[in-house]
Amino acid sequence: MPKSLLIISRQAPWSGPNAREALDIVLAGGAFDLPIGLLFLDDGVFQLTAKQDAKALQQKDLSANLQALPMFGVEDLFVCGDSAAERGLETTGLALEEVQVLSAHDITALIDRYDQVITL
Amino acid sequence: MKFAIALFSAAHAPSSRRALLFAQAALAGGHEIVRLFFYQDGVYNASAAVVTPQDEQDLPKQWRAFVTEHQLDGVVCIAAALRRGVLNAEEAQRYQREAVAVGAPWELSGLGQLHDAVQEADRLICFGGA
Repeated sequence: MPKSLLIISRQAPWSGPNAREALDIVLAGGAFDLPIGLLFLDDGVFQLTAKQDAKALQQKDLSANLQALPMFGVEDLFVCGDSAAERGLETTGLALEEVQVLSAHDITALIDRYDQVITL
Repeated sequence: MKFAIALFSAAHAPSSRRALLFAQAALAGGHEIVRLFFYQDGVYNASAAVVTPQDEQDLPKQWRAFVTEHQLDGVVCIAAALRRGVLNAEEAQRYQREAVAVGAPWELSGLGQLHDAVQEADRLICFGGA
């Protein structure tokens, strides 16, 4: 039985390569068929904002990579509802439809369920 | 206990120094380090191009000495390293760059090595931020 890994992604999508690099860990794990979860927390929730215009910042669109998650077999996708609310972000109509909204209390239990955790 | 250690912060960050101290303490305590994995700005810790003022800790040099002495498996994420210009001779040749910053004992490899270490280790210990 492989060990499960939770990636907690806490960086906004356009504040440097961190968000993309967190996602790359998740996609690599999915490619190896490992049990991987991804939680968007703090400024990481901004990665889920729909209809971002990456071109205006001369960046590549990260949300295209997010859409690849289910294709890589990564279905355990979570967003912290409290982080979203603090930032005025509605949890309906996010860029990733499959994402489950969790409370801070749920997240405690979520982290406990995983063998290993990486926070980026 | 078998530890995997992941480092995400640059060589001048206090957390990189904590990572080295933790790794040294783990071995001193009779534990095993299955792999060191440098990712994000952590790749700078493997750079031989870092120059540290004489009265400060030369962390890349200390990491090199530590990994060499204990013959550890030190892996630097290749994608993160390329993005930050931390190339070994092979990659410098591949991309026709003059600057070579990484050599032995470090190996440039993919994220699969991180997942492999996660599977093999009892504990994954991450160091990042400040």
